[in-house]
Amino acid sequence: MPTNAPNESRNSGAHISLRQCSKSYRANRVLQPLDLDIRAGETLVLLGPSGCGKTTTLRIIAGLDTPDAGGAVLFDGQNVTAVPIERRNVGMVFQSYALFPNMNVGDNVKYGLRVRGYAPAEAHSRAQQMLAMMRIEELASRRIDQLSGGQRQRVALARALAPQPRVLLLDEPLAALDARLRDTLRVEIDRLLRSLGITAIYVTHDQSEAMALGDRIAVMEKGVVAQIGTPEDIYFRPSNAFVSDFVGTMNTILHNGARYLFRPEDIELVDRSSAQFSGTVVQRQFLGDHVQLAIAIDGNQEQRPVTARADSRTAPPLNASVGLTLRPSH
Amino acid sequence: MKRSIHFRWLLVFTLCVSMFLVLPVVMSIMAGLTKNYFVGLSSGLTLDWVIKVWSEYHRSIVLSVGIALACLMCTLLLGIPAAYVLFKRSNAWTRTAEELLMMPVALPGIATALALITMYGAVGEFRSHWSFILVGHVLFTLPFMVRSVLAVMHSIELNILEEGARSLGASFRQRFFQVVLPNCAPGILAGSLMVLTLSMGEFNMTLLLHTPFTQTLPVGLADAYASLRIEVASAYTVIFFFILIPLLVAMQASKRLTQSKTN
Repeated sequence: MPTNAPNESRNSGAHISLRQCSKSYRANRVLQPLDLDIRAGETLVLLGPSGCGKTTTLRIIAGLDTPDAGGAVLFDGQNVTAVPIERRNVGMVFQSYALFPNMNVGDNVKYGLRVRGYAPAEAHSRAQQMLAMMRIEELASRRIDQLSGGQRQRVALARALAPQPRVLLLDEPLAALDARLRDTLRVEIDRLLRSLGITAIYVTHDQSEAMALGDRIAVMEKGVVAQIGTPEDIYFRPSNAFVSDFVGTMNTILHNGARYLFRPEDIELVDRSSAQFSGTVVQRQFLGDHVQLAIAIDGNQEQRPVTARADSRTAPPLNASVGLTLRPSH
Repeated sequence: MKRSIHFRWLLVFTLCVSMFLVLPVVMSIMAGLTKNYFVGLSSGLTLDWVIKVWSEYHRSIVLSVGIALACLMCTLLLGIPAAYVLFKRSNAWTRTAEELLMMPVALPGIATALALITMYGAVGEFRSHWSFILVGHVLFTLPFMVRSVLAVMHSIELNILEEGARSLGASFRQRFFQVVLPNCAPGILAGSLMVLTLSMGEFNMTLLLHTPFTQTLPVGLADAYASLRIEVASAYTVIFFFILIPLLVAMQASKRLTQSKTN
């Protein structure tokens, strides 16, 4: 896929630090004191269920919310805690797009330039550049209510990037789109973030989105960062049960006093005679590209059946006795 | 078949109700345009009564239009900022304020008028000036403007639009005039038409607030019915009608506009 990104200066992103940022609403503390460093040009994904504090963290970085007393937000070492969002030079993309219905697509994209006092001709050419980058030049004179959800989010991205922000903040940008469109736009956002070298913070509750887009992922739970690391770290070396469960299925077998933890794809279905464990298929779901099996393991003191994947064409039937072996771990 | 019988009954019923409501209006207009109401249409049609009303009551009519426009100005200047604050700061205080704002609508107009007279009736020339009536009208119509604008603010998720504008670097002034006002326009329009219509037709309060020199259109109408020939009073109704109908039509149109915008 060719990159149409215009001559953005690469690595123009800011290094962001949060120091002891917490947030309370009356007696309810939704974010525990948080220290976080986001490197210049990096994409950090804040991942977690609703109410985990990920959006609050994003809003504190954006300047839409202020942290409780004692917290500080630094952009490139400069304390911006008291600086409102208008003067932080951040770009923001919202789940509901937040496009202005009173302006057409072109004027929406130009808005950030207009309020900064750009000359109309300059604003126009910059807006054209942005629309070209998002491959939506032909929509420039459309009204917002004439756009599909995917088109709206492209316009929102073009609008957020037009004033060359140092930080791009994305709040569940794909959550309102259907599955197919979500995949397309995810690829596009990935391409964009890599080519621009902007510092990006991406909030989502979708683990596959997080894995695909994040240089690093911060998994959050109840106002605390449970683990922060590369997608591989998070997936293969989860720091606790919450993280391992949230980023995929984690199986447990307790057998002869030994505990085995493994992902579904680490199971190999083999002949019972040479198998490490044996069990019975208690649930079988055909999902097209694979079959998902729930297998009750003989002699497993953990009550939960393990989840395994099998080839669509050769998967064993329901109630079959199967043997399974764990692939040597990484 | 069964359904069509049902439908016919409903149609007849609806037509009867409509006739019941519309006939008096038609009769009234006809009365204002016939030469002699008691003789009936056979006496011929004339515009004499309308002209007579205009020559005798044009001051009331002009005053009413003037008060309605002044009232609109006041409700725009007070109501839009009030709605904005109520929208932005949603807490126990602002909710109480919103309820209090509705008070003049809930209270009988006469009660509000008496309160105004008791309080300010003796303040210099105020009592005999048309602005005294204006105060009453603003009190009565302001909640309609605030409600209408507030409803649009909620339906367009104005807070997110504003956050979007802020993230793009827009100052308060910029986003208020470039984002907030244009996107609330349908609500402002609907509220404005409502205020104009209500102010033009307000009688309850105005009956007590007016003086012989500050007689408004509806008060004049009552006066005409009480003291003059039925044809003159009816001609008065005709004029009233021609002022109000365009406002009502515009109000319906703006409602449709708002609905298509928010859907």
